Amino acid sequence: MALFEGLSAKLADITAKMRGKSRVTEQDIKDMMREIRLALLEADVNFTVVKELVAEISDKCRGVEVMESLTPGQQVVKIVHDSLVDILGQTNSKLLVSPSGFTVIMLYGLQGAGKTTTAAKLALMLKKKGKKPMLTSVDVHRPAAARQLDVLAKQIDVPCFIQPEESDAVAIAKRAVDRAKYLLCDTLIVDTAGRMTIDELMMTELKQIGKVVNPTEKLLIVDAMIGQEAVNVALGFDKEIGLDGFIMTKLDGDARGGAALSIRKITGKPIKLICVGEKVDAIEEYYPDRMASRILGMGDVMSLIEKATAHLDEKKAADALDRLKKNQFTLEDMLSQFEEVKKMGSIKDVLAMLPGMGGKAVPDANVDESAIDRSQAIIRSMTIKERQNPGLLNASRRKRIAAGSGTTVQNVNQLIKQFEETQKMMKQFSGMFKGKKMPNLGLGKRGFPF
Amino acid sequence: MGIFDVFRKGLQKTRDFVTEGIGKIAANIGIFDEDMLDELEMLLVQADIGAACSIHLMNKVRGHIKQTGDASKEAVVATLRQEMKVILGQAKPLNFQKGRLNILLMVGVNGTGKTTTSGKICARYQAQGYKILLGAADTFRAAAIEQLTVWGERTNTPVIAHQEGSDPAAVVFDAIAAAKSRKADLLILDTAGRLHNKVNLMDELGKIRRIIQREAGEAHVETLLVIDATTGQNAVSQAKVFTDVAEVTSLAITKLDGNAKGGVALAVAYETHTPIALAGLGEKLEDLMDFDPEAFVDSLLPQ
Ligand SMILES: Nc1nc2c(ncn2[C@@H]2O[C@H](COP(=O)(O)OP(=O)(O)OP(=O)(O)O)[C@@H](O)[C@H]2O)c(=O)[nH]1
Ligand SMILES: Nc1nc2c(ncn2[C@@H]2O[C@H](COP(=O)(O)OP(=O)(O)OP(=O)(O)O)[C@@H](O)[C@H]2O)c(=O)[nH]1
Ligand SMILES: [Mg+2]
Ligand SMILES: [Mg+2]
Repeated sequence: MALFEGLSAKLADITAKMRGKSRVTEQDIKDMMREIRLALLEADVNFTVVKELVAEISDKCRGVEVMESLTPGQQVVKIVHDSLVDILGQTNSKLLVSPSGFTVIMLYGLQGAGKTTTAAKLALMLKKKGKKPMLTSVDVHRPAAARQLDVLAKQIDVPCFIQPEESDAVAIAKRAVDRAKYLLCDTLIVDTAGRMTIDELMMTELKQIGKVVNPTEKLLIVDAMIGQEAVNVALGFDKEIGLDGFIMTKLDGDARGGAALSIRKITGKPIKLICVGEKVDAIEEYYPDRMASRILGMGDVMSLIEKATAHLDEKKAADALDRLKKNQFTLEDMLSQFEEVKKMGSIKDVLAMLPGMGGKAVPDANVDESAIDRSQAIIRSMTIKERQNPGLLNASRRKRIAAGSGTTVQNVNQLIKQFEETQKMMKQFSGMFKGKKMPNLGLGKRGFPF
Repeated sequence: MGIFDVFRKGLQKTRDFVTEGIGKIAANIGIFDEDMLDELEMLLVQADIGAACSIHLMNKVRGHIKQTGDASKEAVVATLRQEMKVILGQAKPLNFQKGRLNILLMVGVNGTGKTTTSGKICARYQAQGYKILLGAADTFRAAAIEQLTVWGERTNTPVIAHQEGSDPAAVVFDAIAAAKSRKADLLILDTAGRLHNKVNLMDELGKIRRIIQREAGEAHVETLLVIDATTGQNAVSQAKVFTDVAEVTSLAITKLDGNAKGGVALAVAYETHTPIALAGLGEKLEDLMDFDPEAFVDSLLPQ
């Protein structure tokens, strides 16, 4: 179980060494910035953006007082996360609507980015909101492109205008507008052929189509897996046609999606929606904080940190972590964990926020809070020695504990089993702490130079 | 145009970028100091070579400078060239032979160019006199079958297809039977795009791979993972997972004609050691080349 993957683990590694210090030192910051830089690059954030961002973050980190409730690592994570959210902009940037009553949404993008699929998704979304959309394909280049849109349109029962035999995209566009108006549709969604921004002929075609359909909303469709070129692609389209915003696709994959950050930082245009699957309803609202966590590879760690700020006793947690790393996790620790968990709120909420859980992967296991009370009672009925060395717990001791806690021997057995499992898991987890480091930079203290 | 020229043309912008970058870095003196090497490292990252592979390459460059004391621009570029070639390994084109059944399974995440590359490969072996069949095992995506059919028409190749929504494994089964009874030399199976973190879809692919083994154990089978050159570091995990599930034998890197700098080829080769067999350099039938590591590196770096 990759509970602590990503940046948080690496920062935890670094900050484990600085426990007890009250201030983050210059060298600590350097070390952490190196990890942040690598994490962002691995997430495909554009390197120029990474460079600027890391400079800003390290300024913010300098001289920050270490909060009692947070480890310095958590604090840095929080600063990084907040900076990312800042750049990633706002949720809920509405699609533009033309005051004329006839809105044209035009979709652009590289080959295979997901334009055609997204066109259908948008149509379904608008239809559900009571709009009357029409779809059209002006892709005269890719084999069966128009057919693809037509099939999707039939699935969602939205009118679709295609002319597979016509080779003039501009002519199709013109007729599509006429048809949409004739059908009294209020929105026309124009699916274009995929193209590279360096292809001048194809970029010219886009402008010609634009003149005919007069788009209200010009959206670039960006594949979440895209690498360093994301910035040039976005700038290229923006320069040629002037974008109104972006839609990120294929976020149901495991790509970190650093392009979202690069594009936001470089163009300042909003991310309007995200796509999370191949089916026509797999389109969702965009949340900057979730995107930030995704790019950093750490679940909704921030909410967890925020809750922890209010509740967690940092000293106890640190001690537990320490023992955990030394593989000395005892029933005593488990007891105090139960207490912390109860303070924080529902277990399910907390679980969902752990990194690696992706904010949602928690099965609907009914977490029984009364079971926690019972477990606490059982541990409290043990002697201190027993808590530290569960090996002592023979049958007669178990019977005594059951009686003392008002439970059954079976309950006691269960708890001990649960404890052993947790211990096993912790063992793996502490192994991760020791073993799995970032690839050694091997560059002395220089590392990446920005 | 020879292979080298096509690569040169496709990678023109990358070479310009790298050449200009290196030129700028070493503008005044033509000798690399530590800061300049750092800048060079950034240049590599910007070409999607990835942090790990870039660090590796720069370690080699620094090591070489230490050893020889030669930090001239020429020496630095030469080391890079040499080490990049080491990472990419030997050329390993598809190993098909006429007179036996060859099966090519096309796999990859969504939208990378599987169907298009199937069409291109079909055209290439058609020209060499192979008897070819196309199998439309993407029964999921809207009009995927029609798209492959267009490629079938363009290349005059029969397409074995069921209806949209049917079981892809059944298509594979039928296509193999047809290939055997028609004594085809080559069966190309186009599959649906699937993200490698989707367990059920990957299981489906594993099943397809097993059916091929069961039904055509005597055939020469290659699995080609199609990777979009525009992809960032996710390509590495694509290569790892698809290899586990479908026994990928080589990679095709597509869209090298486009915006991408193509460095992801190095990132993937560095992390997985899977050979790259093909390069996609456009949307047309003829825009396919054998991937030649030498030519690729030579057209990536300045002379
Ligand atoms: N998993 C997943 N697949 C997607 C998503 N959006 C699109 N796809 C898939 O990506 C592939 C390409 O999508 P298309 O809609 O055909 O892309 P396009 O941009 O229209 O492609 P061209 O017209 O060829 O440039 C198809 O297999 C889609 O099913 C998404 O959000 N998640
Ligand atoms: N410029 C360029 N475009 C390419 C290349 N290969 C494929 N394409 C385009 O990329 C888009 C997707 O290609 P497809 O062949 O449909 O990709 P696929 O992997 O079959 O897609 P799915 O089946 O939806 O997963 C199409 O618009 C192709 O024309 C290439 O080498 N260069
Ligand atoms: Mg399309
Ligand atoms: Mg396909």
